[in-house]
Amino acid sequence: MNSTRAAWLFVTPALVVIGVFFLLPVFAAFALSLTDFDLYALADRDNLRFVGFGNYLDLLRTPLFWTSLSNTLYFVAVGVPLSIAVSLAAALLLDSKLARFKGFFRTALFAPVVTTIVAVAVIWRYFFHTRYGFVNYVLGLVGIEPIDWLGSADWSMPTIILFAVWKNFGYNMIILLAGLQAVPEELHEAARIDGASFLQRLRHITLPLLKPTLLLVAIITTSGYFQLFAEPYVKTRGGPLQSTTSVLYFMFEEGFKWWNLGRASAVAFLLFVLILGVTALMLRLGRRGESA
Amino acid sequence: MLAALACVFAGCTRDADPRTTITFWAMGREGEVVAELLPDFERRNPDIRVSLQQLPWTAVHEKLLTAYAGDALPDIAQLGNSWVAEFAALDALEPLDARLAASPSIERADYFDGIWDTNVIDGHVLGVPWYVDTRLMFYRRDLLAAAGFQDPPRDWDEWRRAMATVKQRAGTGKYAILLPLDEFGPLLSLAVQQDEPLLRDGDTRGNFESAGFRAAFDFYTSMFERDWAPRMSDTQISNVWNEFANGFFVFYINGPWNIGELRRRLPPGSDALWTTAPLPGPRGEGASVAGGTSLVLFRGGEKHEAAWKLVEYLSDPAVQLHFHALTGDLPPRRSTWADPALAGDEPSRAFLNQLERVKPTPKVAEWERIVIEMQRAAERVARAGADRDATLRALDTEVDAILEKRRWIINRKLATP
Amino acid sequence: MNTRLAAALVNGALIGLAVVALFPLAWMLSVSFMAHGEASAFPPPLLPSAPTLDNYRQLFGRDGMGRYFANSMLVATAITVLSMAFNLAAGYAFAKLRFAGRERLFQALLGALVIPAQVAMIPLFLLMKSLGLVNSYGGVIVPAMAGIFGIFLVRQYARTIPDELLEAARIDGAGELRIFVRIVLPLLKPIIVTLTIFTFLASWNDFMWPLIVLGDQSHHTLPVALASLSREHVMDNELMMSGAVVTVLPVLLLFLALQRHYIQGLLLGSVKG
Repeated sequence: MNSTRAAWLFVTPALVVIGVFFLLPVFAAFALSLTDFDLYALADRDNLRFVGFGNYLDLLRTPLFWTSLSNTLYFVAVGVPLSIAVSLAAALLLDSKLARFKGFFRTALFAPVVTTIVAVAVIWRYFFHTRYGFVNYVLGLVGIEPIDWLGSADWSMPTIILFAVWKNFGYNMIILLAGLQAVPEELHEAARIDGASFLQRLRHITLPLLKPTLLLVAIITTSGYFQLFAEPYVKTRGGPLQSTTSVLYFMFEEGFKWWNLGRASAVAFLLFVLILGVTALMLRLGRRGESA
Repeated sequence: MLAALACVFAGCTRDADPRTTITFWAMGREGEVVAELLPDFERRNPDIRVSLQQLPWTAVHEKLLTAYAGDALPDIAQLGNSWVAEFAALDALEPLDARLAASPSIERADYFDGIWDTNVIDGHVLGVPWYVDTRLMFYRRDLLAAAGFQDPPRDWDEWRRAMATVKQRAGTGKYAILLPLDEFGPLLSLAVQQDEPLLRDGDTRGNFESAGFRAAFDFYTSMFERDWAPRMSDTQISNVWNEFANGFFVFYINGPWNIGELRRRLPPGSDALWTTAPLPGPRGEGASVAGGTSLVLFRGGEKHEAAWKLVEYLSDPAVQLHFHALTGDLPPRRSTWADPALAGDEPSRAFLNQLERVKPTPKVAEWERIVIEMQRAAERVARAGADRDATLRALDTEVDAILEKRRWIINRKLATP
Repeated sequence: MNTRLAAALVNGALIGLAVVALFPLAWMLSVSFMAHGEASAFPPPLLPSAPTLDNYRQLFGRDGMGRYFANSMLVATAITVLSMAFNLAAGYAFAKLRFAGRERLFQALLGALVIPAQVAMIPLFLLMKSLGLVNSYGGVIVPAMAGIFGIFLVRQYARTIPDELLEAARIDGAGELRIFVRIVLPLLKPIIVTLTIFTFLASWNDFMWPLIVLGDQSHHTLPVALASLSREHVMDNELMMSGAVVTVLPVLLLFLALQRHYIQGLLLGSVKG
């Protein structure tokens, strides 16, 4: 069998699956977003109307859409830096020559990443229970009044941010650890001989060399955090007062609760454009910083 | 082997069973209880097997619509009667007129009129009422008596006085009434007591800025402002029945299934602590929501014969009385109410009383969404202190937008002769 | 700074982090053995006073968790096996077999990685409906039979296979399929292990799509069943925790057994070639 035909044989099954079950729906989603496909249309095709960009304009006029957008931006703006900071701290600790039992710690810190988000969200909801939860108990021991973590519109999103950081920091930690270990030991030695302190070495050697990895981690995390869904779904049902309704949660309700499939597709596309824009911006800024 | 794989994919079951299997979706407590009735049904109909799926109320609306969209509806389902209009708009329900006419056991005249009516859309009967409910006032009669009120309040003014007194005696940390902020039942009950309808213009626009709704809305939100009700959603109450027994609140607006639940979960002898009373209205005894569920069959199903037999079985008066004994749910057939089990039960009597004054909710497909938006508006005022006028105006605007498609379809129908 | 002090600080911090990471999981295990209602006490208990298997009994008895466990097993295994076949073949082809437009096609696929899966979900649901796959295992398995990330990982790794080895085999008259099975696959063993773990974990933990496409309870996978259980039984915390344990334990154990490969694969995927 000639090589080219073999190549197509090998590649086609996967391409067909990806093409039919991913790419095709993506294009269809765009087409759907230009119509007002809903339950009435599902029942009778005559009830379908082509609305052009009407769904998009309508969404921009919908208060709940803006709420979900600002909730998601809040989550990303606070969650990503916090997550990366914790991951970096953990990676630095693991990289340190003074650390013992590195294998054990690496496993322990990574464990939350592997767990099923639904299961852990259930645990978390219980941990942060206003009256019977551990967190308020411990806070009470130091004299802080119980906080209504999941019931108050002010604390609900911070709780979810804390949860996301806890669940994901291990993932970035591993990547950053690999980046740290790629920093040549000679550089550190030379700096130490010159009398540089740990912090100085961090600032002038480690971080600059880590920049590409940090950028990668930032992009992956940002893109992932924009897709916040499971946490609000399991823990807060988007409340209280829609304070934890993320863009995807809004899309889910719009699409699979109310069956406004046209509108929901428009939301999905807007989210996609947003993620694309933000990550492209981050790439551009990151590259520019590199050449500076 | 490929065929076997295909079989696994498409989810076929190894059905060597010669009986006809019908799928039945039931919710909540009824779903749990009806499982106990099924063996008797299967004994009487040995050629039918019932595959019961129990669904939680929080998920069922989504699930039904997903099943509709995915062509995966069950053969028979319990459907909230406020959803009958929605599924009728989707043309999803099988009309039952012919079967009813031919049925020896289901007599139209035996059913409460208002309840039967909720199942009639465009002249066709699309469901058979399974049980009725409405919202009533449950209350701690001992705590109320201790506050100086021997009889339950009969109108809003008395109610306000009762709640104020009870709250004063209870102090901080305890409340007069429990109104979970994510449940629309209580506010809706107060709203239907008004003369003005909830939607106007042939049910194509919101009417939430009307004086009537405004009165109900103000009354409801004032209960939070006066600290008579805690600002909580039902996920924040850890166990509502225990809290009721502990005196966390005195009044609770809920449905007849609660009678069964309270009897089941509270320690024996607690019956003396609580009872029910009809809802107070603005000017005297008030109306309440005409609730309940019906049994429906879906269009396009292939097992209507077998499914209909289950409908007839569950509508049998003796079976309904048995069901009532297990759940506390109220049968929709007048003949069953003569039975001493119902006529002699004090908490149930208040329901019979209330059933004389029930009003249906608007029969529009979008109702579920509208009522949730209504509750969200109330929550915004109660929790965040939003401005009432602005909130209700925004609510009307939102409801008008939700109903836009309905207006378009109706106008189109009117335009084409 | 004094080295002993520094060491104490570093290790202390690590211990602290490890506690934060593991404590919720340990407590989940502990509560799952508590009696009904015991966990709703103040102050919250750390250990059960009289460990009981009641929650697990109820979970597998009345709530039918065994069924959902089997479903998850079935679905995750099927997806892993099938996607391995598809992705390995495609990844190898992109790495080592020459065909027109190979590089451009691969770049396009990489570009598609940016698109969040949720964009496709709604039309995919309608597509599944027309194929009759809604509410069946196929609805979850079929769309997952190949994945861009998997192909990418395989390609990265396969590029390290020396061309000469393949050329020699071709000169000897071996067909492409034979080369693939006899020579390439054994060389790809590390990435096969890694990708197997990745795929199994991802499909075991997958939540949103199974939630949408699996309506009938009997087909539910563990995360979906747990989510619906948690929305329904808000009060039954001990039961919830036992459900969480059943969902988390298998993948945690799998990870512990094969963590080196998993982490290796993670790194391979992140250092984009």
